[in-house]
Amino acid sequence: MGRSESVPSGRPDRPAVPEQRSGEDPYLRVRDLRVRFDTEDGVVRAVDGVSFAVERGRTLGIVGESGSGKSVTSLAVLGLHNPKRATITGEIFVGGRQLVGLPEEEVRRLRGRDMAMIFQDPLSALHPYYTVGKQIAEAYRVHHPRAGKREARQRAVDMLGRVGIPQPARRFDQYPHEFSGGMRQRAMIAMALVNDPDLLIADEPTTALDVTVQAQILDLLADLQAEFHSAIIMITHDLGVVSQVADDVLVMYGGRAVEHGSVEQVLRRPQHPYTWGLLSSVPSLHGDADADLVPIRGNPPSLINLPSGCAFHPRCRYADRNGDRSRTEVPELRPAGEDGHQVACHLAAEERTRLYREEVAQVGVAR
Amino acid sequence: MSPVEEAAARPVTETEPLLRVRGLTKHFPVRTGFRGRSLVRAVDGLDFDVRPGETLGLVGESGCGKTTTGRMLVRLLEPTVGTIEFDGRDITHAGRRELRPLRQDLQIIFQDPYASLNPRHTVGRIIAMPLQVNGIEPPGGVKARVQELLEIVGLNPEHYNRYPHEFSGGQRQRIGIARALALRPKLIVADEPVSALDVSIQAQVINLLRELQRDLGLAFVFIAHDLAVVRHFCQRVAVMYLGKIVEIGDRDDIYERPQHPYTRALLSAIPDVTRLGPGGRIRLAGDVPTPLDPPSGCRFRTRCWKAQDICAAEEPALVPRAGGGQATACHFPESGPVAAATGAPAVADDAGPVADDGTAGAGAADDGSGTTVEEVSK
Repeated sequence: MGRSESVPSGRPDRPAVPEQRSGEDPYLRVRDLRVRFDTEDGVVRAVDGVSFAVERGRTLGIVGESGSGKSVTSLAVLGLHNPKRATITGEIFVGGRQLVGLPEEEVRRLRGRDMAMIFQDPLSALHPYYTVGKQIAEAYRVHHPRAGKREARQRAVDMLGRVGIPQPARRFDQYPHEFSGGMRQRAMIAMALVNDPDLLIADEPTTALDVTVQAQILDLLADLQAEFHSAIIMITHDLGVVSQVADDVLVMYGGRAVEHGSVEQVLRRPQHPYTWGLLSSVPSLHGDADADLVPIRGNPPSLINLPSGCAFHPRCRYADRNGDRSRTEVPELRPAGEDGHQVACHLAAEERTRLYREEVAQVGVAR
Repeated sequence: MSPVEEAAARPVTETEPLLRVRGLTKHFPVRTGFRGRSLVRAVDGLDFDVRPGETLGLVGESGCGKTTTGRMLVRLLEPTVGTIEFDGRDITHAGRRELRPLRQDLQIIFQDPYASLNPRHTVGRIIAMPLQVNGIEPPGGVKARVQELLEIVGLNPEHYNRYPHEFSGGQRQRIGIARALALRPKLIVADEPVSALDVSIQAQVINLLRELQRDLGLAFVFIAHDLAVVRHFCQRVAVMYLGKIVEIGDRDDIYERPQHPYTRALLSAIPDVTRLGPGGRIRLAGDVPTPLDPPSGCRFRTRCWKAQDICAAEEPALVPRAGGGQATACHFPESGPVAAATGAPAVADDAGPVADDGTAGAGAADDGSGTTVEEVSK
């Protein structure tokens, strides 16, 4: 875009980003994360033992339906759960620092500077009473107490330009309602990136947008990632978006990870019956339009009353093949053949491969 | 209407259309500023037909007028200009009394299964309502009919005494479908019936609608923004942009051989799970302009990479291009299969992509002349 030269570095004190090679020292490492809410109706285990890692310059897609725990996971990483209502255990290492148990004040210092979030609905995430520019400048000054007003304004204008908003200096003084949906989402990305965060979490960032605008925003995120070398978590229900942007994919169901691996592994050689079900449910632009979709039977589970054993077993076509195991025993996430590919399923590896080849790969987009 | 347009809107067929729409227009007056009044041209002169048992998809981005069109078809909104003929009768301005028998043949399914069911009524009452309102006593009684309908849409017939909150989103949408089926309609207008549902549930409801369409021979006007969903449900597709149909044709024409640049851009913008990585796609700059002040001539020209002077001066008519049922409103239609679109030349602009924000009433919108389209092929 040619505007990047004029953007002052967000944090002059930070050393140049070291080149990271894959497999070393991920910027974000989450291990056995559990988030529990005590409610009147019972305990909600919104996230139940989830582990993953994201390196700089890479994108992890977290996929799941409503109630799968994908958004709760991301809010936990950002320390945005109310400690009075949520019980969080496990490890969240961001840039080498464990966040679980860290005092609120310290998490706040990291949030917005080292890690930032893009929400689904920019209209509710932006304050209607303040100009867009003022809100971005504010986000900058919070983490740069010595920055003057003029410097913060310049930084905000540069960021607005950087995310492709025309006439950024004029736009700085406009209110959120004067921006269109796509523009607001760009403004929110500008706000999230104003401090050059190393970790960016985008929760359904394009769900509310039209496809042509969605394409613009996904391109923008890819460009910015290439430039800033940030780690990105993309939370979405849209497998199309994941296939386009993600390097790695984590599939969640009922608060647990059911499959994890590279985008190739999870979307091309999926191992979990739930992933199969998702892939064959999605209508595609290619393939046989007259063939019926193959939906997953039943409904997503309630987190208060999660099915015993494998949470997916009431909807799984193959649950009976393991005697009672699917009903009684929670399957662990285990390596599934290929390097880095993990799956939580009681089916034997050979049987999964055979089922996928013979029954699943024939239908829907899995083809 | 010119004979050419007539031919475009009406594919060669022996069957009389069930629904015939001509010049359908809806303008909403709005206040702008203190004294100002102007018109939102939400829908501007639509022509299309739906034959008995046919499924027509209306697709487009938000603000293209597809929902307004659907609401006019079932007469929840009064058209400003134009005619709607249903089953040979002009219903454009039919009054309440004339509409009542018509409602039996013409039903609507709404997008939001949470807002479209009365939370204080049991499911049985909700589904029986259309029967009662029309004074219909089905053979075997209302309850039997309600239970039959519940069974048709895949719900437990014993649940007729339950309330909507006891059902999940997908099940609620099934209730809405059962209600629409209660009077054995000939045509159902479905406005984004699956977009509020989770992927696995969405597939269940699409399959149900397909099954009903096949078994009951229902005609559908299926309104959706998701082109992949439309592809799995509709035989014909009309693509809308800013209140106009820019392209209409059979499913395979629209998806395999789209001729309008907008259709091509729309299709290429959809991230498809069968393709990994960013892939080649047409990037449209900017947003849809405001319908308060749509661009002159072709409304898509401000975002189109093929736009010439004529596009600003003269509005392209929706005319058949390749013979058959496909019609395109474009001065420079594309030809060839979709894949060829990625070879289109990129338009460079030193100013960078200028995006018109299309904010209604802001009065400061760019004129859009600087918009560009970049072509990415990786």
